[in-house]
Amino acid sequence: MIYLDNAATTVKKPPAVIESVTAALTCMGSANRAAHDISLSASRIVYEARGKLAAMFSCDAERVVFTANATEALNIAVHGVLKPGDHALTTDWEHNSVLRPLYRLERDSQVGLSFAPADSAGSIDYADFERFLQPDTRAIICTHASNLTGDMFDLGRIGELAKTRDILFIVDASQTAGIFPLDMKRFGIDILCFTGHKSLLGPQGVGGLAIGSGVDIAPWKVGGTGMDTFNHDQPQAYPERLEAGTLNAHGIAGLSAALDFIHDTGMQAIRMKEQALADRFYQGIKDLPQVTCYGDFSRERAPIVSLNIGTTDSGTISAELADAFGIATRPGGHCAPRLHEALGTKQQGAVRFSFSWFNTADETDAAIEAIRYLATE
Amino acid sequence: MREKTLCTIVTFLTPTDAMAFECFAGQHDLPGRLIPVPSAVSAGCGICWCAPHEEAGALGALKAANTLAIEAIYTLLI
Ligand SMILES: Cc1ncc(COP(=O)(O)O)c(C=O)c1O
Repeated sequence: MIYLDNAATTVKKPPAVIESVTAALTCMGSANRAAHDISLSASRIVYEARGKLAAMFSCDAERVVFTANATEALNIAVHGVLKPGDHALTTDWEHNSVLRPLYRLERDSQVGLSFAPADSAGSIDYADFERFLQPDTRAIICTHASNLTGDMFDLGRIGELAKTRDILFIVDASQTAGIFPLDMKRFGIDILCFTGHKSLLGPQGVGGLAIGSGVDIAPWKVGGTGMDTFNHDQPQAYPERLEAGTLNAHGIAGLSAALDFIHDTGMQAIRMKEQALADRFYQGIKDLPQVTCYGDFSRERAPIVSLNIGTTDSGTISAELADAFGIATRPGGHCAPRLHEALGTKQQGAVRFSFSWFNTADETDAAIEAIRYLATE
Repeated sequence: MREKTLCTIVTFLTPTDAMAFECFAGQHDLPGRLIPVPSAVSAGCGICWCAPHEEAGALGALKAANTLAIEAIYTLLI
């Protein structure tokens, strides 16, 4: 099968990731719980991974907090900083992992919510970020790249606005961590949420938050941390404050190996290859009859191309791609309801092609030929 | 039981601080190792750095420099 659903999860991992998880499963204890070598070996690997992520995001290692995925990280961030009476500004590009926690806070906790709106081409005007700010706006929460169109925000621009208004800037980097530079200091990011299993090329079950210095997040999950046992309250120090429960050290070991792979291969080389494949695909299909592509292809973008053929349901196209051509894509709503509504694709959905370092030009050409066949048959 | 020796014990607020210290110690050839916090010490996160007593001065200077998160330093017969 040709796998072009890498925005959901990258299936092909660097061999070192698999070796690292396997080694961890055979010998690793519980991190940060004891001083015997079997526990310490886990603590060391977890600490090393924190350091690598801290270097990637330009933050302090103890402010890298591990979670199960981006969804958990975003829930921790959003619930940990917004209080009743606060206002939050987000966008129509967001994934449900941002939207649903915010909708719940709006419904249950008197948190005000505004959206920078997308137009029918999926574009968002930066002026709207400023327009929707209120005196009580506590946080701007936005994705780096849309998981539906691949369009990207200029984080520096939004971060600058947040800084001048003393507003927290929370970024969902699920689609870009590992392929785009994400310097929290340079972009003015206060909390960056990531997931390990997509562009970071690690195993599923590991994600996290990178938290800027001076930013505080109240824990929503409390429990064992391996320290301060007789305290009734959750310890205040990071990262343990937000890491109640045994960490997925096996997964973190895999992510650590993936971070080495990205470092050794070069983030820029990875990004350029993925973008070149996505562009090759886009150039090959954009002028075909009946094909509509979504998003702005004139700017730097994540390696995602979503399309429809005529008015055919995206699920039908995706099933045909899988059954007749052996190509895996993702149809439907992609957990991005507001952007589909803006694009007018709520009913039809869209067929998403997303590329990884491990895809090839031949695979991309096979996808182009499949779309050509389906669009002209 | 092995014979007790005088040791310098460095405690940390969090296990992550302990790991940061071990990493630093490895890079700077500081003698010692991580052990469970002895019951005579009521502070600490459960893991502490145990070094020969001769290291007390160097470790004290490290604490004073305040670049690593060290909670406290003890001298103990363990
Ligand atoms: C933009 C975006 N945010 C958040 C998520 C959630 O990631 P996870 O399912 O790993 O929590 C995804 C993945 O689907 C995504 O594409």
